[in-house]
Amino acid sequence: MSETTVDIDIAALRRKQPRFRGIEAGHRACLGCGQALAARLMTEAAGPDVTLTNATGCLEVFTTPWPESAWRVPWMHSLFENSAAIAAGVEAAYKMQGRKTKVIAMGGDGSTFDIGFQALSGALERGHNMLYICYDNEAYMNTGIQRSSSTPHAATTTTSPAGKARMGKRHLKKDIITIIAAHHIPYAATTSVAYPSDVRKKVRRAMAIEGPTFLLIHAPCPLGWGHEGNLTIEVARLAVQTGLFPIIELERGQLANAMPIRDPRPVTDYLKVQNRFRHLFADDLRAKEELEHLQALADYNMETYDLRGEGPDAMDTEAADTVKRRGTRWA
Amino acid sequence: MPLALEGSQALARTVALCRPQVVAAYPITPQTHIVENISRLVADGVFDCEFVSVESEFSAASVALGAAAAGSRAYTASASQGIMLMSEVLFNIAGLRVPMVMTCANRSVGGPLNIWNDQQDSMAVRDSGWIQLYCADNQEAIDTTIQAYRIAERTELPVMVCVDGFTLTHTLEPLELPSQEEVDAFLPPYAFSRSLDPAHPISIGTLVTPEHFSEVRHAHHTAMVKAIAEIEAADGDWQALSGRSGGALLESSGPADATVGVLTIGSIHGTLLEAMTEYPASEPVRLIKLRCFRPFPAAAIRAACAGLERLVVVERALSPGSGGIVGNEVRAALSTMEQPPRVENYAVGLGGRDVPLDLYPRLLEADGEVGGFSVFDVDVSRLAPEDQ
Amino acid sequence: MLEIRIHGRGGQGNVVAAYLLATAAIGEGRYAQAFPAFGAERRGAPVVAFARIGNAPIHRRCQVLQPAFLIVQDRALLQVPGVLDGLKAGGGVLVNANTMPEEMDSGDTDVVTLPATALATEYLGRPVPNTALLAAFLSLTGMLPVTALTAALGERFKGKVLERNRALVETAASRVEPGRWQEVAHAASA
Repeated sequence: MSETTVDIDIAALRRKQPRFRGIEAGHRACLGCGQALAARLMTEAAGPDVTLTNATGCLEVFTTPWPESAWRVPWMHSLFENSAAIAAGVEAAYKMQGRKTKVIAMGGDGSTFDIGFQALSGALERGHNMLYICYDNEAYMNTGIQRSSSTPHAATTTTSPAGKARMGKRHLKKDIITIIAAHHIPYAATTSVAYPSDVRKKVRRAMAIEGPTFLLIHAPCPLGWGHEGNLTIEVARLAVQTGLFPIIELERGQLANAMPIRDPRPVTDYLKVQNRFRHLFADDLRAKEELEHLQALADYNMETYDLRGEGPDAMDTEAADTVKRRGTRWA
Repeated sequence: MPLALEGSQALARTVALCRPQVVAAYPITPQTHIVENISRLVADGVFDCEFVSVESEFSAASVALGAAAAGSRAYTASASQGIMLMSEVLFNIAGLRVPMVMTCANRSVGGPLNIWNDQQDSMAVRDSGWIQLYCADNQEAIDTTIQAYRIAERTELPVMVCVDGFTLTHTLEPLELPSQEEVDAFLPPYAFSRSLDPAHPISIGTLVTPEHFSEVRHAHHTAMVKAIAEIEAADGDWQALSGRSGGALLESSGPADATVGVLTIGSIHGTLLEAMTEYPASEPVRLIKLRCFRPFPAAAIRAACAGLERLVVVERALSPGSGGIVGNEVRAALSTMEQPPRVENYAVGLGGRDVPLDLYPRLLEADGEVGGFSVFDVDVSRLAPEDQ
Repeated sequence: MLEIRIHGRGGQGNVVAAYLLATAAIGEGRYAQAFPAFGAERRGAPVVAFARIGNAPIHRRCQVLQPAFLIVQDRALLQVPGVLDGLKAGGGVLVNANTMPEEMDSGDTDVVTLPATALATEYLGRPVPNTALLAAFLSLTGMLPVTALTAALGERFKGKVLERNRALVETAASRVEPGRWQEVAHAASA
């Protein structure tokens, strides 16, 4: 056999290699599912040496119709409200076994903001070395679009329907990230499927931290929000660009970083593309008041997190890596 | 020489001897002393485990489940409302066939609030798919806890060791604690066949559709029924090693030619045993002490009742509107006998009411309605007039 | 089998007293059992604990309704209804009191007093009467050597505290008539 030399461009080779995906294609998520995308981005960043726990919800249902499973990493679903506690148990066991495998707990907004909040708070307080990821699609989508404490004000759901007497959900979206930050955990952040690099970066950052970390990923649900499945990224981006979903990082409870918004958009740009807010565009004085209210909420975020950019920035809402379909943007 | 130990203290030391790697704990009376004593052993460096002090019983069961699924031996303990709060997880643990051991320090379930002993809590989760073993005294609780790990790990079913709250957990008595070598010999290092391991990734707790769900339940039921042999084997092997039985599936005592039997579950047994000598005028009976309630040892119960004309089932819980839980199941088991004894059924000692020695003659004289059930020793004058 | 009921107040170490008594007996190779009348009482409320000592395994789990002896850690409890209930004829009552309580100065019940709180304060610096009462009780009944109590205390205390307890036990035991209840105790144990 003759010796041959091959010049290998490692960087190019790496780009050609498919990323390790903890979640495989072929699962049964809806078209344009934000949660499926978020889970894929997460597992790409997390790599193979992780164990996942999953609260009851769409992600669990569409990835594991027995005897099939879309997961290539150890994965466990127990109940709706105990993803954090199961992860805590796995982490405690791994610690005693001398394993370094990171444990990632996953849940939707219903299991995180509502029914599993106590178990989550307890796990954060106890300082388990685990990352908790909340896929925030702002309602109980698995059961058919019921309001959660994450549902935005004025959004219509099947349990907060807009009607003659009501303008959708009467209450505010729970400020979960502030509550999580109040646990003074090393790292808590928000991100959005509209910014995949941001998602991956934050997952990697959280993975590297010894201790409890939390990531809130805004992930549209086309069915629940009332938009076409091919608009998921655009809708998610508008939530950020309007200031309604601020992208921030908190270290030990203190604001450490925020994605600047270049040219903030009015909230109506975001609201008008979703059926869940359609009633706000009726010729109704109360609808106008609610639109003003939602704009005020966005303005509050702009102020609180100082989101307004000071000119073009490589990391702002326009320049940060976004998913571009055929190089064009829809909005 | 035996040690003078409070039940809870003995259980904590027994748990440590079993070397669980993760213990999840949440306080509830009368279970609290158990986890307090475990945390003391951990603090003193006697017991090396991850002691996770959780924020609810729900998370206690969940943390134990996570740890067991990750391949570690796990332990938790609770009682009463705690069992109720964790009941969703209990069904899940059993349904996922994840082995672990927990102690239920039996207590009534509110409301109204009552912190004392009966067995409503564990009886309420009898259909969760856990093996349930009821202890008559603290020595049985020690020996049963050790056996429980062996049974759990061989059957891949969780085991609930039921120990009467206060009556046993808070009673100090002379107890034999086995040596670490004995327990290690009985419980070799454990490896869960389906653990969460990145080298062999599997999915646990998937969605199972109607196409497969009946088969899953069938498998669980079959495993429970087969566990009877493991429970007997564990007790036999432990007896060979330690010289003590934990109580097998059930145990009978009293004259072999007795025609009257009294079947109890839990710590009432000891009181009735002594009452037999205290009240010699009463007819000597065959005392049947039921230790294994899940799986339900119907064949063993039929064998224990052979020759009886009358059986009084005495239990510490009830299914309101139906009757005695143990009583009804015993009746069903006996119904296939050619000459089954007639069965009377009472609930006694509810919510911690003392079970005195003279319960024995009064039970035998009561001659209750065959096929019926009643709460024993009820003084209706204590009820509000409109409820009498 | 000898049955003893101990009355006290929450915080006085009532359960500990019963546990110590049973521990002392078990240490001497006897069979024994001790448990509280399980309550939800807070500090200061009347509480009850039970102890049984015998020469054979004890299986019964019921409360002690007919004790041969009562140990009362607070003389004011004598006025609480039920405290003296069921005491066996010829039985004895050991009361923590400096003087003979008037209400007890009659009948066929033999009442013995011990200034247990004062002794405990003197020896331990804490007004906890249980150890002194147990020492006196063992001396009165002669059922166990007082060193059995010291050994039981050794499982709970160490060093100087144990030394002080040992001194308290010796003093308290000497303050009562040794063997005064020996016959009754012996009869009840048989």
